[in-house]
Amino acid sequence: MKNYSLLNRISQNRLFLPLGALVLILVFDAIYAPGFFKLGVMQDADWGPHLYGNLIDVLNDAAPLALIAIGMTLVIATGGIDLSVGAVIAISGAMGAVLINPALGNQLRLNVEAARNATNTPLPIIVLAGLAAGTVCGLWNGFLVTKARIPPIIATLVLMVGGRGLAQLITNGQIMTIYYTPYFWFGNGFIFGIPVSIYIVLAVALLAWVVVRKTSIGLFLESVGINAKASYYSGINEQNVKLFAYALCGFCGAIAGLILSSYVHSEDANNIGLYYELDAILAVVMGGTSLAGGRFSIFASVVGAIVIWTFTLTVYTLGVPANALLAAKAVLVMLVILLYSEYFRRFMNRFSESKVPQYDIAEQKGTQHGTAN
Amino acid sequence: MAPRIDLAQRIDLAQQIKPFLLRYGPLLTTIVVFILLFLTGGWLYPAMQNPQVFFNLFINGGSLLLVSIGETLVILTAGIDLSVSGMIALTSAASAALLRGGVSPFIVLPLMVVMGIVFGLAQGCIIQFLKVQPFIATLMGLFFARGMAYIISLESVTIKDSFYKFLALTPLPIPLLDAYVYVPTLVGPIMFLVAVYLMFFTRFGRTVYAIGNNEQSAMLMGLPVTRTKIGVYVFSGLCSALAGIVFSISLLAGYGQFATGMELDAIASVVIGGTSLFGGIGNVIGTPFGVLINQTIVSVLQFNGTLSSWWTRIGVGVLTLIFIGVQSLFYLRRKP
Repeated sequence: MKNYSLLNRISQNRLFLPLGALVLILVFDAIYAPGFFKLGVMQDADWGPHLYGNLIDVLNDAAPLALIAIGMTLVIATGGIDLSVGAVIAISGAMGAVLINPALGNQLRLNVEAARNATNTPLPIIVLAGLAAGTVCGLWNGFLVTKARIPPIIATLVLMVGGRGLAQLITNGQIMTIYYTPYFWFGNGFIFGIPVSIYIVLAVALLAWVVVRKTSIGLFLESVGINAKASYYSGINEQNVKLFAYALCGFCGAIAGLILSSYVHSEDANNIGLYYELDAILAVVMGGTSLAGGRFSIFASVVGAIVIWTFTLTVYTLGVPANALLAAKAVLVMLVILLYSEYFRRFMNRFSESKVPQYDIAEQKGTQHGTAN
Repeated sequence: MAPRIDLAQRIDLAQQIKPFLLRYGPLLTTIVVFILLFLTGGWLYPAMQNPQVFFNLFINGGSLLLVSIGETLVILTAGIDLSVSGMIALTSAASAALLRGGVSPFIVLPLMVVMGIVFGLAQGCIIQFLKVQPFIATLMGLFFARGMAYIISLESVTIKDSFYKFLALTPLPIPLLDAYVYVPTLVGPIMFLVAVYLMFFTRFGRTVYAIGNNEQSAMLMGLPVTRTKIGVYVFSGLCSALAGIVFSISLLAGYGQFATGMELDAIASVVIGGTSLFGGIGNVIGTPFGVLINQTIVSVLQFNGTLSSWWTRIGVGVLTLIFIGVQSLFYLRRKP
């Protein structure tokens, strides 16, 4: 009978590595960046009293990435990949910006105060349109992958290349500034002093968790990711499962696009959400989901996204220029790669195997030790 | 000539043509599409009939051609190299900073080439020995290279070196035609010839195809898989460094933001050029045509003047999709 020790059970958990990385970075912050943990209450003219501080910023900034990581996790679980999420962000942000004021791209709005409450389209329709645009993008990807049978990396590459062009088409190539205050609520608003975006992430993560873990969809996703053909022969509609994953990924990208464009009060089709697909893949990999598909964990991916942004803000706090952050991030990726590489795994295996004989001897002696393996 | 022999010859010819078409169909389609696109452009905008416009495709697409050639070899091994644009930025920023510091261009140029080779070698080793997916490893390369470029300089650095200016501004006349190119323009075609030689006339080239088709069996056949795979990334690194040099010469500047997204254009060019992203199918000859198609779209948009630049992206995206379709028509589709 296998009797896992507590330490072993913790280290086997999916959340162990990303949480471990998070704790490491936070410990680093505690030593080298005093004030990182400072929290305060701030009065805001628009949004009332709310919490502020680096920790809140981390969660707020990580929200769009976490949302995309949730969708990306499901896509990667089916053995696919979605490179187009950055473009989807741009498209849904463009939809939002254009629907608020279609003319804004072409003429200067002089009366900013009047524009604060002016919109051409009611807010619910703006949100629905943005979400619909993202979901259509996701369905398009899913269609290419399932019906046209194009490998995911190529199928989503098409939208990755063309998507930002489409977004520019929507905004007429302008960087659109948004003045409509109610729209800013998604990126800047607060509920009980905590940013709205955090609630959105929690809601989407919970919803996704319920859908995949409390129904059989999660099992289907994993089985398709492990062996699509075998799942097909065992009666799973492999195409619909994949379609669902890509559509959900597009949907999550659309929410992220709304939050991001609302957060920065503008829509720049060329630069909004740039490299988010790469960050999202990194977050998913950090969460322990294999790029080959199969087992996945939504919450581990969310933690992965938080790790990335904690790292980012830490680097900012240390005074590294924003653009040079890319190199620092590369070092982080390198570490993650090393942690997940076969060399490291083999090294860890050797490490744990060396203990096995001891336990065997112990058992022969009749003691009540549990085996570590 | 007796008719029977003629018939036999004809059947023989038909039997030869079919595999030829199956193999080179996408390549021929690419060439035809390029010619049609260019002729349509010339028909719509008579100014495009000037031979200089054709050579401008090479002048403006010089660095894209270089990175696409390197990318082709990588994709043929069923890998991918996303770091090419980062390498362009790093090379341009590093060479501009060195030249500003008074280092001779004759030291800077070889140094940049060596840097590209070392960079490619590092990526190849990470992919081959640490068994990291090429996608992730080269993505890290992209971040790293761009970040390093920003660490070198946060702002654009102009190049005032006289040798660079000489290279950038001296037109080389094309014989018999009223047209010219620049010295850096020639680097792309030269590397193309090198790649053609490597792919068609060396064992290295055959091994690249073998790895792309099935790495396991290539290894079981005793082919030098490790060496070849690393070699492919080294070649791509070399090509991107050369592309960075060409880029910095043509703009006479170095900046970390140069060539953003060029890896996508390169991959699209390779796909349009008839190389399958599965690896093992396609050849390097199609790639320049993919680049030419990309550049033709750009110049048609420029000649039109009213269409906006984002149509390039949409056009390239649509063309990529079409050519993926063409590929799946011609090449035997593999199981997912």
